[in-house]
Amino acid sequence: MTINQKLLEIKNLTIHYITDEGTVHAVENMSIEIGKGETLGLVGETGAGKTTTALGIMQLVPNPPGKIIGGEIIYEGENLLGKSPAELRKIRGNNISMIFQDPMTSLNPVMTVGEQVAEVIKLHQKVSAAVAMIKAQDMLETVGIPEERHKEYPHQFSGGMRQRVVIAIALACNPNLLIADEPTTALDVTIQAQVLNLMKSLKEEFQTSMIMITHDLGIVAEICDKVAIMYAGNVVEYTDKVALFTNPKHPYTIGLFNSIPNIEDDVEKLKPIQGLMPDPTNLPSGCPFHPRCPKAINVCSKKLPKPIEIAKDHFVSCILYSDR
Amino acid sequence: MADVKIVKKKRSQWMEVWRRLKQNKAAMIGLFIIGVLVFTAIFADFIAPEGYDDQDLYRRFIPPGSKHILGTDHLGRDILSRIIYGSRISLQVGFIAVGIAAVIGGTLGAVAGYYGKRLDNMIMRLMDILLAIPSILLAISIVAALGANLVNVMIAVGIASIPSYARIVRASVLTIKDQEFIEAARAIGADDFRIIIKHIIPNAMAPIIVQATLGVASAILSAAGLSFIGLGIQPPNPEWGAMLSAGRYYIRDHWHIATFPGLAIMITIFGLNLFGDGLRDALDPRLKN
Amino acid sequence: MHKYILRRLLMLIPVMLGVSFIVFTMMYITPGDPARIMLGESAPTEEVEKFREELGLNDPFFFQYGRFVKNLVIHQDIGRSYTSKRPVTIEILSRFPNTLKLATLGIVVAVVLGIPTGIISATKQYSIFDNAAMVAALLGVSMPNFWQGLMLILLFSVHLGWLPSSGFSSYKEMILPALTLGTSSAAIITRMTRSSMLEVIRQDYIRTARAKGQTESVVINRHALKNALIPIVTVIGLQFGYLLGGAVLTESIFGISGVGRLMVESINARNFPVVQGGVLFIALTFSIVNLMVDILYSFLDPRIKSQYK
Repeated sequence: MTINQKLLEIKNLTIHYITDEGTVHAVENMSIEIGKGETLGLVGETGAGKTTTALGIMQLVPNPPGKIIGGEIIYEGENLLGKSPAELRKIRGNNISMIFQDPMTSLNPVMTVGEQVAEVIKLHQKVSAAVAMIKAQDMLETVGIPEERHKEYPHQFSGGMRQRVVIAIALACNPNLLIADEPTTALDVTIQAQVLNLMKSLKEEFQTSMIMITHDLGIVAEICDKVAIMYAGNVVEYTDKVALFTNPKHPYTIGLFNSIPNIEDDVEKLKPIQGLMPDPTNLPSGCPFHPRCPKAINVCSKKLPKPIEIAKDHFVSCILYSDR
Repeated sequence: MADVKIVKKKRSQWMEVWRRLKQNKAAMIGLFIIGVLVFTAIFADFIAPEGYDDQDLYRRFIPPGSKHILGTDHLGRDILSRIIYGSRISLQVGFIAVGIAAVIGGTLGAVAGYYGKRLDNMIMRLMDILLAIPSILLAISIVAALGANLVNVMIAVGIASIPSYARIVRASVLTIKDQEFIEAARAIGADDFRIIIKHIIPNAMAPIIVQATLGVASAILSAAGLSFIGLGIQPPNPEWGAMLSAGRYYIRDHWHIATFPGLAIMITIFGLNLFGDGLRDALDPRLKN
Repeated sequence: MHKYILRRLLMLIPVMLGVSFIVFTMMYITPGDPARIMLGESAPTEEVEKFREELGLNDPFFFQYGRFVKNLVIHQDIGRSYTSKRPVTIEILSRFPNTLKLATLGIVVAVVLGIPTGIISATKQYSIFDNAAMVAALLGVSMPNFWQGLMLILLFSVHLGWLPSSGFSSYKEMILPALTLGTSSAAIITRMTRSSMLEVIRQDYIRTARAKGQTESVVINRHALKNALIPIVTVIGLQFGYLLGGAVLTESIFGISGVGRLMVESINARNFPVVQGGVLFIALTFSIVNLMVDILYSFLDPRIKSQYK
């Protein structure tokens, strides 16, 4: 990996949801870092802890029931976990912003889209309401919404157009870090490509670092530099894109690749990963993946494997690689 | 076969509701209050120290004390005894008025929702007309027309709350009627009446039960209000609202006459509301905040 | 929008016709002979019979109803009070301002108490404040307002001597009636505000607002409240109707000369035209308030506004 300056570094982040039914270990001991201008893919199934990680960085984990148990989130050399609410508000939407999964529900139905973009500009830049509105219209134009539509309300836009509005809000203050939480999952396939291309070009234009949360390895191939694969709250494999695609190591990662249909290979049948995601309040002992793992051995149910650097900057958390 | 399965599922569903209800402390307090009240009403003859109309002009206006726990009224009657007997009237009015409203309103709502079109339009416009008159005013007018007595109060309060049941049932019928199991029942040749009775009503039961529980509370309140302005149950019957009304003239010197019947009403309504709220949460956990 | 309002106003006509029919029928079946009541118990039977003929009371039911509607529509005339012999419209209009003032004050009390309490309860769910407010609200719903009125008189007039127990001309005299009438509505509005806010606070767009770096107070008071208000406004509109009805009781406790008390007196005196007029008048007011609420919606919710076009 290049000698990028670190923008964000997450160290041993642990987030739990404490409910009456039990404690959900949403994120366990997570450590990742993002350099300036870099894009990190955060990949995993639903419930793997991707969104919680994102909300953790934003310090927006709903509390109760969510609680950040431990770890550090270091943004430009400062730990966000020690910051006051007021300091955090200056960072949110300005330095770090987020695109949410469902554009149909992420916009306030009783405010015009222009107002919603202008709001974030007014919060973080010392401009008048009128100037903020003009800047908002420019921003809407940038994401492909004609400026005369700024007076319209969210319900007057299609899903793809609403996601463009959400992107405009996220990019309005030119953040250093953009967290995109499955930004295309709720959209039609044709619209997905449009939105993804838009994000890619805007990212290059604004020189933004990005965390792309997805379960789609195709999107990773398209847009990411590095990838962290998550399973049941743990990062199981963490490396750059090329290494991951050419040389996946963790049995779960391999399983993910085997689950994707491939036109070129003439395989008779897909090989999905056996079994289901474990109950998050009652995770298996040891490696949480071991009940579904084709290569599991006895130790797997006893010991949680630590990340091992099997090649430069290629970390795998699996017992298979520990006794080299 | 299929029928048996559905019945079983239904029963376990109600068990589940009861399990959730039991966990709700407030609802259990409500249920306890209702239980005490029903017990009092049934065994009033044994519990009450005196009859409800045992007048004795030599012991008027006795304040609460050891002999008469809640004191005596302007005619020397024991207030506690009258309140105990009064529970019979309030419960009767509450349950029968709600019964009238739920049966008539429910049927109208079910028919409107099920058949739709012109019949729906006609019934719901009629409900709009009834809703345009504030319900207590409607009840007052009905009692004024029919004459003030227990039965007419029940009828008046019942009629005044028909529209809310009609609306609730219609809404749930509309959501249920297009579901697949109704299609299936129709496909195997069930007629409309059977579909409404066997399938739609049981599935629309939850909102009706909640509305009915809360409805008993408001029916008791309305009836007491009618009696308060002299259009309800007539003396010497120990209706709480009427007792309050009689006591209001002595409020300056003998506060207890009007205070205790009102307290009885409040505790009763409080219990019914606690239970009704709990029931709503238990029947539809999604609504719970 | 104008079209919508016009359509709604037109829809009021059949509703009011229906109300008038119900009211007329009820008064028709009410026992007691109006002619006898007007002439007094001692009047000779022949004279009463002659008077019945004059008043048209021997005509068939629908004929009488038709005449009632005709007079109502053409002359805005709903008869004369049997007791004062003055036109019913004048009787009611002279008393109506007090009722409207009372109901308005009641709703103001309800809104001023209910909405802030509901908001705080929702933002601090399960806190001591929330629990206390919810118990208080449930008690407020459970208290018969005529009893509450008496208890307020007992406390503030009899014991403390701070406020008068009757009358309705000075502000001091209006405090207790407004509190009495408004309490249960305040409780209902509190509960509605809380549940509506809790629903809205969970929405994704609230998270979006927080992700922008917006302060919590703006998130709650602008983003959340504006969305939560829609069901709250419905409840406020409905409560206004209940307050117009509930004014009957409150007016009789505090001796306020309003439409409610007029109606109770008229029922006891078998003064049918006044009762008819009172119900019609209150129903009309209630319907107009509901129409205004519906119009208010479109200002709160742009989604509804586009439906009205």
